[in-house]
Amino acid sequence: MQPKIVTLYVNGHTHQVALAPNVTLLQALRDLGYTDVKNGCEKGDCGACAVLLNGQPVNSCLVLAWQAERAEIVTDAGLGTIDHPHPLQEAFADAGAVQCGYCTPGFIIAAKALLDRVPHPTEDQIREALSGNLCRCTGYGQIVEAVQMAAEKMRGDKETRGQGDRETRRQGAGRTRFGRIDGSGGGRPEGGGR
Amino acid sequence: MRVEVKPLPPVELPELRVVGKPLRRVDALGKAVGATLYAGDFTMPHMLHARVLRSTLPSARIRRLDASQARALPGVVCVLTAADLTDAKLTTDMPGQTGQKQRAGSDAPVLAVDRVRFVGEPLALVAAETLELAERALELVHVEYEPLPGVFDPLEALKPGAPVIYEPDNAVARWKIRKGDVEAGMRAADLIVENTFRMPFVEHAYLEPEAGVAWLDDQGVINIRVCTQVVEHFRSIARAVGVPQNKIRIQGTLLGGGFGGKEDVTVEIFLALLAKYTRRPVRLAYTREESFAGHAKRHPFIITHRTGVKRNGRITAAEIEMVADSGAYPYLSPYVLLYATIMASGPYRIDNLRVDSVVAATNQTFTSAFRGFGGPQACIAYEQQMDEIARALGLDPLEVRRVNYLRTGDPNGTGQVMKGAVWLEETATRALAGLGEKTPDHGPLKVGRGLASYFQSYGRITWFHDTSRAWVGLEMDGTAVVRCGAPDLGGGQINSLCQITSEVLGVPLKDVTIYSTDSAVTPLAGTSTATRQLYMSGSAVYQAASAVRQVLLERASKHFEEKPEDLDLADGQVFVKRDPQTSLPLKDLVARCAAEGLPLANLAQFQAPFTDGIDPQTGQGDVFPDFTFGAQAVEVAVDMETGEVTVLKSVACHDVGRAINPAAVVGQIQGGSTQGLGYALMEEFVLQDGLLQTPSLSEYLIPTAVDWPPTQAIILESGSGVGPFGAKGVGEPALTPAPAAVANAVADAIGVRIPDLPLTPEKVLRALEGRE
Repeated sequence: MQPKIVTLYVNGHTHQVALAPNVTLLQALRDLGYTDVKNGCEKGDCGACAVLLNGQPVNSCLVLAWQAERAEIVTDAGLGTIDHPHPLQEAFADAGAVQCGYCTPGFIIAAKALLDRVPHPTEDQIREALSGNLCRCTGYGQIVEAVQMAAEKMRGDKETRGQGDRETRRQGAGRTRFGRIDGSGGGRPEGGGR
Repeated sequence: MRVEVKPLPPVELPELRVVGKPLRRVDALGKAVGATLYAGDFTMPHMLHARVLRSTLPSARIRRLDASQARALPGVVCVLTAADLTDAKLTTDMPGQTGQKQRAGSDAPVLAVDRVRFVGEPLALVAAETLELAERALELVHVEYEPLPGVFDPLEALKPGAPVIYEPDNAVARWKIRKGDVEAGMRAADLIVENTFRMPFVEHAYLEPEAGVAWLDDQGVINIRVCTQVVEHFRSIARAVGVPQNKIRIQGTLLGGGFGGKEDVTVEIFLALLAKYTRRPVRLAYTREESFAGHAKRHPFIITHRTGVKRNGRITAAEIEMVADSGAYPYLSPYVLLYATIMASGPYRIDNLRVDSVVAATNQTFTSAFRGFGGPQACIAYEQQMDEIARALGLDPLEVRRVNYLRTGDPNGTGQVMKGAVWLEETATRALAGLGEKTPDHGPLKVGRGLASYFQSYGRITWFHDTSRAWVGLEMDGTAVVRCGAPDLGGGQINSLCQITSEVLGVPLKDVTIYSTDSAVTPLAGTSTATRQLYMSGSAVYQAASAVRQVLLERASKHFEEKPEDLDLADGQVFVKRDPQTSLPLKDLVARCAAEGLPLANLAQFQAPFTDGIDPQTGQGDVFPDFTFGAQAVEVAVDMETGEVTVLKSVACHDVGRAINPAAVVGQIQGGSTQGLGYALMEEFVLQDGLLQTPSLSEYLIPTAVDWPPTQAIILESGSGVGPFGAKGVGEPALTPAPAAVANAVADAIGVRIPDLPLTPEKVLRALEGRE
């Protein structure tokens, strides 16, 4: 098949790019300069390339760019900047949850998706939500702490604002585990003979 | 195990302002917001895309290698095979060293010449206008192999008549230790305990696959932006590519993990060759599968301990044999084996000791550095042996260790005397006590506990004459700049340098900027390996910052009419100690110094202690600057029906000397422990007749967030390290005791010792069946 012009909405920007049908969303995003979307395995094992697709966390290596046409895509860099970091980004930095940092954007996306649905997650819920992301540096302890810190901060911020909770509008919307765009696969095997 | 936690010996550690505080690392926020650029994130104008053709057979002669069709494909700019290169050799000897002679036979061909020796060996390089074209070109390179017999087991490889992987024979290196009178020691024993332990190949599995981009600049310098633990590789790259050493520049990026896997050259020579031949920028990024096939693994070891003991557990003699697998090329195998040999007898005083070790070549993925560098393998054996000794004598495992622990003033296996604090009992009792009440057995779950003590060197082998350099300077606004070639693997290497600078110069941490990892513009600091950067570059930074501090205080002494030693620097101010209100902003002091031409920057070189080397006949001599000591205790539940092992609790206690950043130390301990638990329970890089059976993260499983609770980190600070502020190193030590502690816990739970890691459900079930 020939390339076609695809419209991608990324972090509030609109891009129109000619893409062949076999180009993954991961590759398309990186080619557009979204280098915070990391390439770790290109087959859904590691979660380093996670982005939010219409609010759902997906491994962008398992999504074709054509499938993401006109969807709202948010990457880690779309959540905050060095001058205005998202509470999750700040918490990751403060909790020691960032070592080499290569997995960090994916973890923050997974955590954001969780907190959007579940503002008061238990530790088990956090671990479950992060189970599709691999980290080789931290042992996950400080990452879980960072999500807890951020959850607390974000709840506090919301109470201060006294507004309706826009972030939780998708509560109960379904899966936390990563998968394909239809939520039908991906993720790591449970148990898996361990 | 009975635990009595005694108070620590008294230590005087002065309270510091920045050092010792769990501050946000200087690199953390940029990484968290996705602003940090890694080696694979860079592109260049007019850039080509490279791929590497790799062998599909573990042992074969190359009958024909025909790249003509690939070269003819439009869009393919360059295809290189060994025929295009003049004797391009990759130096696999200890990287970054300048003072020592290279070992004979420590080269590997950059591209296979007439023979392949493992699956994944590079055969050809392609550079093309697009990645797709480069991939298509790979398929058009025709390789005709003549399969040769291979050898896939180090014991087989050492037998007479085994296929020789490269001349003269398959024994890549041997070491030995001869100390005391082993025969007399064995005769004096009440009991002799003998066991053999085995460990698998292990994959580093850093999240960032190897990547880089190279280009020729207007001076004819080949610049290589790459993720590496060793910027000093520029010298061996220059040799391989055939250019002067000052025509290769490594611009190292922050690493997405290394753990030893980016200690050897990875993509650098391929990139440099393609940039040289095409005169265009070239990018090469490995896929996960290529990373797995293309870089070193942790050495499998077979270790046999024969230990003579008295009834009270005191060791009278030990004989230890080690056989390791180097894979197809030596790389750092001789040194990994040396480390394992030196650590073989553990942190125990054994006066009658014989160690014989050998590392053998096989037609498998080559092995080299991996966090701990042979230390964990040694620990897996000696700590399981200690538990087996305790079981055979009916003694408490902690008690058997306690009567044998090294103490300050004792010699280790090579006769090196332990000079600083040796907090073995202190760490072991705290780790065990940290487990709390024992979880009761429930249903099919049997609960067991295991302990492992360890010692692990930090800093390089002292006959390497290791050095590090750093430059520290002040800007006119009172901010500070550090220049230091140290690569940051993610462990917080550069942050520690900034915290030390901040402490010494009184510049707030946020006002310290560091430039690192550039072979041309940052002073060479040596490798980020061997748990050496805090010790070596931390000391160099400390020296450089202290020299600048001296200038500042002497100038301030004139201003305040006080002695320099009565003044101090903190929070961007210089002030009188007894009257901190009498102060001056640092930038005003800097301005005065600058106006008078006083030096506001310093380049320092730190030198580790030098020694001559060990006696090759006896293995006796000083080898390392110092050691870190510690212990880990774990509690596991073993499902007697499924064989599954679950870690319930894990506590690690290490004497880190002084924690420069305690949050970062916790991160090292928890992360290292998790790698060690994975090593014990699930990780195995499997090769079958040289073919990769675990080629990606789908088959090679590493721990996830749902596998185990985090390891509780207990940090002790004896202040007795040889690093800055009394720091030791903890990067590698963090992993070392974890696997052995798990193995001991499983044996405690099921009453059977499984001597082969990893302890998979299948092995546990087999062991349980054998018991019945």
